[in-house]
Amino acid sequence: MSKLKSTLPNMVIVLGLIAAITSLLLAYVYTITKQPIDDAKQIKLNNAIAEVVPGLETFKEYKVKFDESTDSLTFYDVYKNDELIGTAVKSYDNNGFNGRIVILVGLNPDGNIIKTVALEQSETPGLGAKMDNVKNPEFAEQFANQNPKKFKLQVKKDKGDVDAITAATISSRAYCRAVQLACNAFDAQKGGAQ
Amino acid sequence: MNQLKNFSKGLLKENPILILVLGTCPTLAVTTSAINGAGMGLATTFVLVMSNIFISLMKNIIADNIRIPSFIVIIATFVTVVDLCMQAYIPSLHAQLGIFIPLIVVNCIVLGRAEAFASKNGVLSSAIDGLGMGLGFTLALTVLGAIREILGSLSVFNWKFAAGDGALIFVLAPGAFICLGFLMAIVNKIVKKSNS
Repeated sequence: MSKLKSTLPNMVIVLGLIAAITSLLLAYVYTITKQPIDDAKQIKLNNAIAEVVPGLETFKEYKVKFDESTDSLTFYDVYKNDELIGTAVKSYDNNGFNGRIVILVGLNPDGNIIKTVALEQSETPGLGAKMDNVKNPEFAEQFANQNPKKFKLQVKKDKGDVDAITAATISSRAYCRAVQLACNAFDAQKGGAQ
Repeated sequence: MNQLKNFSKGLLKENPILILVLGTCPTLAVTTSAINGAGMGLATTFVLVMSNIFISLMKNIIADNIRIPSFIVIIATFVTVVDLCMQAYIPSLHAQLGIFIPLIVVNCIVLGRAEAFASKNGVLSSAIDGLGMGLGFTLALTVLGAIREILGSLSVFNWKFAAGDGALIFVLAPGAFICLGFLMAIVNKIVKKSNS
């Protein structure tokens, strides 16, 4: 069979045919991968929550809009034997060195920080990326077991109590702001009840 | 053409990165470690093989004036397939490669092979060409990733052989250019020697 000529009907039919076949293929792949993708996301979230609030059995998720100037934050109330053992707050800051960072802050019912982890960040590898505590726990560990009322959530350059990551002050500041936002939102949400 | 030659040309003689210098954007961006380089290379190999097969199957009904849009639709489909499968089955690698998986669509190697080879040759030759080119790409990315990982993080395939941080510049973009430059020089020297 020789090559088709570039006439209008030929082109429309062939391009339409290709689009139809490829969309069928995509629809099929989408349906078989949807469940595993959701599962993987759920496992990732579960692991992160269990890391910042150890002892996780079940959690209840809800959104809190605490301030007009910020996005709503997601709270995860963590229960063990039906008892509230802590809350994980998904917080963020838009002014990291490479844009938005998302972190998860674990707080016990008194409002003390249990642990923090970075969920999404695209900071410079080797510098700001050390906020991700898998390979470099030193930075994020400073926040563990701190009372945000006494521990000033700012880098030492800004007269706070946090040792910034070497050569990554902007990333460190963003991280501190995100932790502070989580603590503020937590206080506003839970402070009244206690 | 001899199929063995057809396969092996992508590995060294016409290596897409080191000789043809195509698709350097993902090359420079994702080769911060050997694993990332290999993952990116294998994803691209899959897209290359599948799109080459489809394009060579359909080469006679694709009229000349619409060949580029047709190729891009076919390539984009397979890239999305890879993207979804990676998200589903290897989410940790997907988190590392991130935006560079969807960007395989605009990788010049894939479109280049479709235009230069698959639209003119048979299905089997095209599949083998795609496989050879893809593995050549994977090889270059893995070697480059390994060199940058060794110098920059003192580890290889995530196995840390010495404590400390290494030379940071090799993890960052300038180090990618430096390593790629030296690698290209060495490989070109070898290929030239074997030709003469």
